Amino acid sequence: MSLLKIEDIHVFYGAIHAIKGISFEVNEDEIVTLIGANGAGKSTTLNTIAGLLKPRSGKITFDGIDLGSVPASKVVSKGMALCPEGRRIFQQMTVRENLEMGGFTRDKAEIPASLDEMFQRFPRLKEREKQIAGTLSGGEQQMLAMARALMSRPKLLMLDEPSMGLAPILVEQIFDIIKELHGSGTTILLVEQNAQMALSVADRAYVLETGKISMEGPADELLHNDAVRKAYLGS
Amino acid sequence: MISFLSHLVNGISLGSVYAIIALGYSMVYGIAKMLNFAHGDVIMVGAYITFCATQYWGLPPVVSVLAAMLVCTVLGVVIERLAYKPLRAATSLAVLITAIGMSYFLQNAAQLIWGANPKSFPSVITLPTLSLMGGQLLISGETMVTVLANVIIMIVLTIFTSKTKMGRAMRAVSEDKGAAELMGINVNATISLTFAIGSALAAVAGVLLCSAYPALMPTTGSMPGIKAFTAAVFGGIGSIPGALVGGLLLGVIEILGKAYISMELGDAFVFAVLIIVLLVKPTGLLGKKVHEKV
Repeated sequence: MSLLKIEDIHVFYGAIHAIKGISFEVNEDEIVTLIGANGAGKSTTLNTIAGLLKPRSGKITFDGIDLGSVPASKVVSKGMALCPEGRRIFQQMTVRENLEMGGFTRDKAEIPASLDEMFQRFPRLKEREKQIAGTLSGGEQQMLAMARALMSRPKLLMLDEPSMGLAPILVEQIFDIIKELHGSGTTILLVEQNAQMALSVADRAYVLETGKISMEGPADELLHNDAVRKAYLGS
Repeated sequence: MISFLSHLVNGISLGSVYAIIALGYSMVYGIAKMLNFAHGDVIMVGAYITFCATQYWGLPPVVSVLAAMLVCTVLGVVIERLAYKPLRAATSLAVLITAIGMSYFLQNAAQLIWGANPKSFPSVITLPTLSLMGGQLLISGETMVTVLANVIIMIVLTIFTSKTKMGRAMRAVSEDKGAAELMGINVNATISLTFAIGSALAAVAGVLLCSAYPALMPTTGSMPGIKAFTAAVFGGIGSIPGALVGGLLLGVIEILGKAYISMELGDAFVFAVLIIVLLVKPTGLLGKKVHEKV
């Protein structure tokens, strides 16, 4: 069953036509990835779904709700969380405060249990609980950003470039976490420049090229597709 | 020695008023990343409302001050909605010019309503003067209330921003509006709240200022507003303790400068401080480093 459905959305930055009519869907319990080069419109797509940008036309349906008139600040309570590009954690707040901000829309009484859950999943964050988030390492900041997004208990977690700027060993770790999250029932929409990693964890994939979807299919099929290998996997 | 102490007390008293005004500048800058140059004129409106409430409507002092706070809160929120919100995506220069325009608008509206002649502001503070050191050092009731009000406001605001949900939302918005929105924080409501708090504090500052310096006219808020802006920059704009430190230091520098160096050049010292801070430490004494995104 489709959890998220995007129908022919067009997004503009001023006069620049960034997303030129794309349609795709994410089914429940899937990992779907959008891959593509820098500037293809991957982040723009996620930011539009999250409500930070408004499409000029087209329709976004999430969990049966038309998101057209829902402001960004109300999207999270519908069950969707975006872990944005560049992490964008609150640098001057503590790790714990960041996590609490993630649960902003939830009942106060439910927060401690979710905090425990996050600390269990990310033990590093427990060690750094009282530390100012800006002092964390890149990998820790990425984990914090993911944990912060999970604090809202999303049905759909959108991850924008979670491997960006991380050492290979940390990239492996982040992808292990993505697999775990998927295993525990979270649907994931993943945007990545690291197409190799993204395709290896995903069920299905869409290839974005200058604001349009140029290819789509099962991830392992695209992983072995010559055109994709040439353009995005460097072989 | 006694005269130095008494100048120091006056400096701290004036500095406390600057600190309360500077808070409004600093909080609004922190959240909306704009300099609200109409803030000083909200002080003047607060003082006029208090004046009218005590003199014409016969309200008791405390009720008068609360009425002034209420009016200024509404005024601050309305100014933001009408003048600044439509410019959220505009260049900072456009917002700055609009703020200066709003400042003149308020001054001229006040002149239309209350006239240009100074009104003698009756002190709403009835505390007796404290006499120390055998009557050589006198601390007025106004001074005590001003310093106390400053301390209470700082403590309450610090607790508010660190412990409450709305206060934390304000900090989140000041760091990253987009990320705050992703958390489910209503950014527009948070900005309105910040203007509301800043403007309510401006009303308090107006009453305290005019209780100590009782000539009230449409331009009354202008100079203290600019000086408090200097204090906010001095302490580090965007920072609550910065507003406190900047305000107090500036008040003391102004009064001591006037007392010992030159009465006429008092204001010049204040602005010399601004120039020196901008040259030596542009982020101010307690200013936050600007994070460069990699």
